[in-house]
Amino acid sequence: MNPDPTLTALLRSAVPQALLGAHQYQGQETVLVHAKELPAVARFLKEHPAAQFDVLMDLGGVDYLTFGKALKSAPSRSTPSPLPYYMNPKPVKDTWDRLVPDSAYRFEVVYHLYSSVHNHRLRVKVPLPSADPVVGSVTGLWAAADWFERETWDMYGIHFDGHPDLRRILMYEEFKGHPLRKDYPIYKRQPLMGPSN
Amino acid sequence: MSLNWMTTRRDAALGWARKFSIFQYPFVTACCGMEYMATATSHYDMDRFGAGFPRFSPRQADVLFVVGTISHKMAPVLRRVYDQMAEPKWVVAFGVCTCTGGFYNNYATVQGIDTIMPVDVYIPGCPPRPENVLDGLIKLQEKIGRGESAALREPESRPAEFAAPHRPDAHL
Repeated sequence: MNPDPTLTALLRSAVPQALLGAHQYQGQETVLVHAKELPAVARFLKEHPAAQFDVLMDLGGVDYLTFGKALKSAPSRSTPSPLPYYMNPKPVKDTWDRLVPDSAYRFEVVYHLYSSVHNHRLRVKVPLPSADPVVGSVTGLWAAADWFERETWDMYGIHFDGHPDLRRILMYEEFKGHPLRKDYPIYKRQPLMGPSN
Repeated sequence: MSLNWMTTRRDAALGWARKFSIFQYPFVTACCGMEYMATATSHYDMDRFGAGFPRFSPRQADVLFVVGTISHKMAPVLRRVYDQMAEPKWVVAFGVCTCTGGFYNNYATVQGIDTIMPVDVYIPGCPPRPENVLDGLIKLQEKIGRGESAALREPESRPAEFAAPHRPDAHL
């Protein structure tokens, strides 16, 4: 059993109740955090002298609605594909551990943190349920989160509690729905907007 | 009889004058702009056809070149630019994105600018070659010479907010 890498160990000792799980790959650490605990964890990560994550590199959303499920268009024995084998979509199998049950969440908000003091990085993931995806805003800690959170709201409909101005950023105000959700119909068209006065 | 003859001759003279003095408004949003620039500059030399002087104010333009993908968010802006042009005016859809939406068959892209404004000449291509653009320009010149403009015959199927005669206060 490998010992926990530094940052994961730090979090496990400081905020054990917030941690859902952790894994690392090629020396990059990832921690899964409870949505309720995220603002506290974020503040801890920014202010603790051993962490000092002063840069929020990226913040984005993921929709796991169809993740790990076979593609509907994948050919089967009863409906063989007219395409050559190399053009067929393959049924995808979920092989890696997601650390929380599928029923518990659908969305995920991913934070990429960087510390310019220690030159280390950490990926924080927050799983969110399908019904009411809400997570606390981190705009108070990193000003960069402002537009990232607006974009994630715009594309996935994930609500950020405490955001000062949570409006759409890429789509227009009259747009219905959140286009990067996996259940947004790809051929759905929105009404055109005329010039407003 | 002679009055009719005078009128037709006057229209023909006007059309002849107009078609060799096209003041264009290039509404460039995407990669087609490179082909537009190649066409407009000296190698292909759009100036040979009297269309060498782009005006970046719609007030001074005759022809609106819509060059590149138009998103839903851009559509009201484009329509306002069109509304601000003085008549007579013509519109050229440059590239497949403006003609039909091209391969951007998605939630954010207008599926052809003829859903928001009348279009005179469609130049398909992704992007169109400069020769293709000049061909479209010559077709537009023929149309201008005949005194025709798509702005004069508005189809009824357009959404209400884009219907012409449009908002008289759009210039405010």
